[in-house]
Amino acid sequence: MTVQELNARREAAKKSFIPGEGSVALRVVVGYATCGIAAGARPVLETLRKEVAALGKTDILIEETGCIGMCQYEPIVEVYAPGQEKVTYVKMDAQKALTVAHKHLANGQVVQEYTIGAATGEARDGEVLPLSKTAFYRKQKRVALRNCGVIDPENLDQYLAMDGYQALAKALTAMQPADVIQTMKDSGLRGRGGGGFPTGTKWSFTAAQPPGKKYVVCNADEGDPGAFMDRSVLEGDPHAVVEAMALCGYATGSDEGYVYVRAEYPIAVLHLEKAIKDAKAAGLLGEDIFGTGFSFDLHVRLGAGAFVCGEETALMTSIEGKRGEPRPRPPYPAIKGLFGKPTTENNVETFANVPQIILNGAEWFASVGTERSKGTKVFALGGKIKNTGLVEIPMGTTLREIIEEIGGGIPNGKKFKAAQTGGPSGGCIPESLIDTPIDYDNLTAIGSMMGSGGLIVMDEDNCMVDIARFFLDFTVDESCGKCTPCRIGTKRMMEILDKITEGKAEEKDLQKLQELAAHIKENSLCGLGQTAPNPVLATMKAFPDEYLAHVKYKKCPAGVCKALLNYFIIAEKCKGCTLCKRNCPVGAIDGTVKNPHTIDTSKCIKCGACMAACKFGAIIKK
Amino acid sequence: MALVNLKINNVPVQVEAGSTILEAARTLQIEIPTLCYLKEINEIGACRICMVEVKGARSLVTACVFPVAEGMEVFTNTERVRNARKRTLELILSTHNKDCLACVRSGNCELQALCKEFGVDDTDYYKGANPDFYFDDSAAHMVRDNSKCILCRRCVAACDQQCISVIGANARGFDTHISSAFDKDLNDVSCISCGQCIVNCPTGAIVEKDETAPVLRALNDPEVFTVVHTAPSIRVTLGEAFGMHIGTNVQGKMVAALRRLGFDKVFDTDFGADLTIMEEANELIERVQNGGVLPMITSCSPGWVKYCEHYYPDLLAHLSSCKSPQQMQGAIIKSYYAEKMGLDPKKIFVVGIMPCTAKKFENKRDHQHANGPDIPDVDVSLTTRELARLIDTAGIYFKNLPDEEYDNPLADGTGAAVIFGATGGVMEAALRTAVERISGQKLEHLDFEAVRGTQGIKEATYPVEGFGDVKVCVASGTKNAKSVMDKLRAGNPDGWHFIEIMGCPGGCVNGGGQPVQHAVVRNFRDLKAERAKSLYAADKDLPVRKSHESPAMKMIYEEFLGEPGSHKAHELLHTKYEGRPKYKA
Repeated sequence: MTVQELNARREAAKKSFIPGEGSVALRVVVGYATCGIAAGARPVLETLRKEVAALGKTDILIEETGCIGMCQYEPIVEVYAPGQEKVTYVKMDAQKALTVAHKHLANGQVVQEYTIGAATGEARDGEVLPLSKTAFYRKQKRVALRNCGVIDPENLDQYLAMDGYQALAKALTAMQPADVIQTMKDSGLRGRGGGGFPTGTKWSFTAAQPPGKKYVVCNADEGDPGAFMDRSVLEGDPHAVVEAMALCGYATGSDEGYVYVRAEYPIAVLHLEKAIKDAKAAGLLGEDIFGTGFSFDLHVRLGAGAFVCGEETALMTSIEGKRGEPRPRPPYPAIKGLFGKPTTENNVETFANVPQIILNGAEWFASVGTERSKGTKVFALGGKIKNTGLVEIPMGTTLREIIEEIGGGIPNGKKFKAAQTGGPSGGCIPESLIDTPIDYDNLTAIGSMMGSGGLIVMDEDNCMVDIARFFLDFTVDESCGKCTPCRIGTKRMMEILDKITEGKAEEKDLQKLQELAAHIKENSLCGLGQTAPNPVLATMKAFPDEYLAHVKYKKCPAGVCKALLNYFIIAEKCKGCTLCKRNCPVGAIDGTVKNPHTIDTSKCIKCGACMAACKFGAIIKK
Repeated sequence: MALVNLKINNVPVQVEAGSTILEAARTLQIEIPTLCYLKEINEIGACRICMVEVKGARSLVTACVFPVAEGMEVFTNTERVRNARKRTLELILSTHNKDCLACVRSGNCELQALCKEFGVDDTDYYKGANPDFYFDDSAAHMVRDNSKCILCRRCVAACDQQCISVIGANARGFDTHISSAFDKDLNDVSCISCGQCIVNCPTGAIVEKDETAPVLRALNDPEVFTVVHTAPSIRVTLGEAFGMHIGTNVQGKMVAALRRLGFDKVFDTDFGADLTIMEEANELIERVQNGGVLPMITSCSPGWVKYCEHYYPDLLAHLSSCKSPQQMQGAIIKSYYAEKMGLDPKKIFVVGIMPCTAKKFENKRDHQHANGPDIPDVDVSLTTRELARLIDTAGIYFKNLPDEEYDNPLADGTGAAVIFGATGGVMEAALRTAVERISGQKLEHLDFEAVRGTQGIKEATYPVEGFGDVKVCVASGTKNAKSVMDKLRAGNPDGWHFIEIMGCPGGCVNGGGQPVQHAVVRNFRDLKAERAKSLYAADKDLPVRKSHESPAMKMIYEEFLGEPGSHKAHELLHTKYEGRPKYKA
């Protein structure tokens, strides 16, 4: 394919699916990423297809698209019409799809009650509020996710229509490799996988190695609990990653790349493999791209589900066919990486930004963000928050904005307690720091880290010791077992945390825990071990009283740690109905009809059956 | 080579670029402790004992793999460093079976030594739960006890280095353990019994299967006539077990010690080695003359033989049918010697002192019972280490023993026999005999330098009158054996006639049964070269240096065997091989 042919195909592609550009009158997309399908998108899609076929409307296009971002509101259907803002229908099912087909698709009547504005309550008086005007969307800026939930990810032409592969064409025909690297440096893009290393600088290291075999590797082994940014990009816009890797190959002097993606992401794998196949068939990958003499080939390797394989050297070891374990650095991958050759490794989100930077220039990218963290960041918002979902925000947005505005606040009127970023390597941000503008350096400074983008919100019902234990449990399980401090040390930390949550710890155990945490951080082989104690250290720092309550007073203030709880009956509320007594499996409740009952805590096994049975809210645990 | 200037503990030092901090520190006589590090074969930075402080570095760094840089400032003995090492040791101890008093490696354990060095004062500081440790005593030659394993992976590296790779890390995190694929027993996989894992283990997690008990029982039994014979290499390694310099030749003291242990006769396996040369040279000549399978490959090393049976069963016809010197010696003791002395072979208990753990497997093989189905050629093979333990148990002050001579008649080994213990030695010994026999002329120069040295693969061509060029190849370590055998599979493009292969890198001097030297010694000294040097020195000093000129050989062929390759020789001194699967179901 020549650049002229690329441009011609772009124009033709636009006509093929954008309403008003060609013969398409309406375009209906169904969010069909893993999350959408799980929420029930399949019958919705089928219904729409069937009904539109029955209507005989050949100018209505029904398509699948990637993640639209609002997990809470899946399945989502969006209708694009010429010259109008798209209409977003949420929480769809087959019945609602039928209604939408008959009213909106057949007769142009928007079904307001199914739209996003109605669902969030933001729409006034039957108004059809566009998604872009909702609180969830207003403050977002989509760069890495720009095509997710917009195009059909399996359709190369739709990617081309969105200026896909234009960046590659521009670089190969009008830029030297050094120019590409300079642009990357000037853009200020930093690694989105967690470390935040400047991408352009990373590329320049590999580029500086003598010519010869070099590799480009994409880390798509997303493993943080609750994180799904990279999956969404691969499912929704795989060509962006393919194009970016080719750009990286051109800049660094590499002709071959690997995408290491977890096997638990079957749709991402499918879309990625199709994207590579289509790009090869179109001459956008392979030999002599655009007739420039530059060649680049791409392979997919599936990870078997080890978290440590997200660590770059372990990932490369795994690609090489060996047990996925990290190797000591130096030598750094830029010098001696995959198969012992100079290698550039970036994660999915980092790559997803690259084509836009090359196409629009470094300045465009750097105009968004804070001084040392440019551009946007995708977060997977989860936990105790109303709008769980995938959000992309400009760097510098505060945590408060994300949680209270975009996220819609904490459900059930509960009080915000802390936000966890950086997954098992990160830390907790307490309420006192909620106004910190999010960027790499700020998050590190307050004892957390950017991480790959998991953002878990916790409320007053979360016990911070339990949270720390949860994350540590994850790293104990996912430690590869190679180096001593991580293999044995995290397990011993876990045992101390168990003691704390069981009320068996003494104050000196806290000191031991801290000391061991510091040892593991300083002595572990790879990033996993070096950061494994972070959730514990961060919670110990931000919530020392909570630890002390467990250790000294044998109490869990949040009422989570079972061993430390006792059930009580409030005499004033108890009606003496005997229901609790009858439900207690161990006969720990005493009392007579119409008289307040009592629980014998020495007999109680803390099963909670009484509390569940009580109709008067007379039973509490504390 | 570019030089780099740095400071270690404020002392300036200049070393070659690319050196590690560990190597740089050595030049200043500073030893940085290691556990997992084995130079060139296990540079994995896993144990985290060698941590040092580097000015400006975010955390501590591993000295074993961290390269030096210009202007670097390293501190190896700060409080931070000492605490880190101590804590790591305490963590290791929390999963370690600390039954040190009952451990064969007590006193020679690298973990124990480090705990002492870093003042570990509470072995239960991090006490906690432990997994069910795997214990494997299925193999004939060794025992693996994972409760003592510290997961340094040196055994794995040693096994990989041999291209065997039957052990590796299984499971992950805290449950990580070393075992075979699918946690199969060692006896059910293609372990070749070389024992390289044993000599590389820093603790007592891998040890030879101790067989000193039956030996002691036999020694105490007045009905049993006990005969011991010692392999060529033992004389230059046994001293190490008593703190003597590497390579010290202790032949005389060793004989004295064995006599004091109560053996009725102390023979030299060199006799068996000379006999091997007589038979093997004859077999080679026969194969050459009668169009037999060539190249012929030596069969002295039971680790190598087992390797060939597992990995190259299609090429077994290349193996010489000769038994190993240990087995030949045993077969002769229980036939010729028994007959001569009027002893009942069933009452003779033959012990081989071997550098080798595969010998324990060998004497249990089929076709190693020349004198009757219940009469094994060799009853027990002990490693050098087991012998050292017997000597210790007997309270013998080894270093002060007088030098004594071997018993006759199965002694008086030649120089050709003594060099069997080093890679290339069997080849050189065979050449000394074969070349003379083929050409009919006396060799003037006995030193075949091209086949000496510790390189993994050596090749040489010798013009021999009456034959033409004899092309030989010598390989040691099964990794090198693999490349040689792959060439044979490809049709022997180099036209070799005769190949010597030893299972262990460097040959028997570096065998899996030899005294354990800590990694700190193995990493900075060439054990195999230093030990071999003493064998070649012994060869130089011996009056007879060719097997076929040995009076003992002349005697046994005249009195008993007839001639090399005779029917009787075949019955007693030759054996058979069998292909073996890589995995038993």
